Amino acid sequence: MSLKTPLGRVLGLGAAGGGSHHWWLQRVSAVALVPLGAWFVVALVTLPELGYGTVHGWLAQPAHGLAMALLVLVAAYHSSLGVTVIIEDYVPQPAKKLTALLLAQFLHAAVGASALFAVLKVAFGSAA
Amino acid sequence: MADFTLPAASRYNDVPGVSHAAPAGATRVKTFRIYRFDPDGVEKPRLDNFGIDLDHCGPMVLDALLKIKNEVDPTLTFRRSCREGICGSCAMNIDGVNTLACTKAIDEVRGDVKIFPLPHLPVVKDLVADLTNFYAQYAAVKPWLQTRTPPPPDRERLQSKEDQEKVDRPSACILCACCSTSCPSYWWNSDRYLGPAALLAAYRWIVDSRDEATGERLDALDDPFRLYRCHTIMNCTEACPKDLNPARAIAEIKKLLVERQH
Repeated sequence: MSLKTPLGRVLGLGAAGGGSHHWWLQRVSAVALVPLGAWFVVALVTLPELGYGTVHGWLAQPAHGLAMALLVLVAAYHSSLGVTVIIEDYVPQPAKKLTALLLAQFLHAAVGASALFAVLKVAFGSAA
Repeated sequence: MADFTLPAASRYNDVPGVSHAAPAGATRVKTFRIYRFDPDGVEKPRLDNFGIDLDHCGPMVLDALLKIKNEVDPTLTFRRSCREGICGSCAMNIDGVNTLACTKAIDEVRGDVKIFPLPHLPVVKDLVADLTNFYAQYAAVKPWLQTRTPPPPDRERLQSKEDQEKVDRPSACILCACCSTSCPSYWWNSDRYLGPAALLAAYRWIVDSRDEATGERLDALDDPFRLYRCHTIMNCTEACPKDLNPARAIAEIKKLLVERQH
């Protein structure tokens, strides 16, 4: 039990700052995903088939390889920002929250890095 | 995880409610199912049924509540004062929507009229919810004029007509708490998220042309929880019985916070 005043409880530890920064980055990454996502869908539809040889030839072109690398990195980053918000929304217990936030960050870093590595491997790999 | 269900002691379907039939001979009967909870008793909350003869009752839900309190069960507890939508006292959850009992017409509700206290607040008794935290959040945004320039010696602080119009709507808030308690983000995080009502009040002073603490006000809101728990769910704007738009006010605050960075 605490005899802290209601106002004292609301004021808590004060304003953390940085909320607007997180919000802004989420919007920027969302905007970036619009053309990248559209490009990806168009590519999926227009590629004659999705075999290794075709995809290798496609990603070996600098513009496509670069766009694909950007797509996986921005998507992982955007998802990381969003999942952070969801955890903060629904996990109030400090220890659980910290664990979940750490796991989410690590998972996103791992997924982003793996996806990037895969793109590079296909793009720079030998032609089948 | 956040608690998505009521704790066992707060469930209202475990104890059968008391039923009060409408008087014999009534032809237009409407049943009101009302949440009852007595903190001094040992029983769980329950829903009581009251049959009301609409031919002998005013048109609004508050009229029916007053009729019940006067004629059927004087222990029914709720807040009310102005009975015309300006004091905000009789805010409650009627037919699944937070609104004012005094401006909600009974015939707008199909079937039984279910009445609960405002959601996700501690219940003081029956339909009276504990608004302590809500009021503290309002106080936290310093809802008063802050200036450094002393007022002119011979007149009030001047404001253009256009500038006054910016605060007309947000200052029409009656602090009934319908918006904040309809917001899922507020349900889960009301200890740290200020909620739409307090943020609308903050916005009212941020856009006031006479106020000189705009920067400090924005500083105090630049926080992942205080402001940014708002995910534009829009329940606040949907619920507001005064047709105000807290969601837009919050969006405007977010825009101002970005604007000052670029």
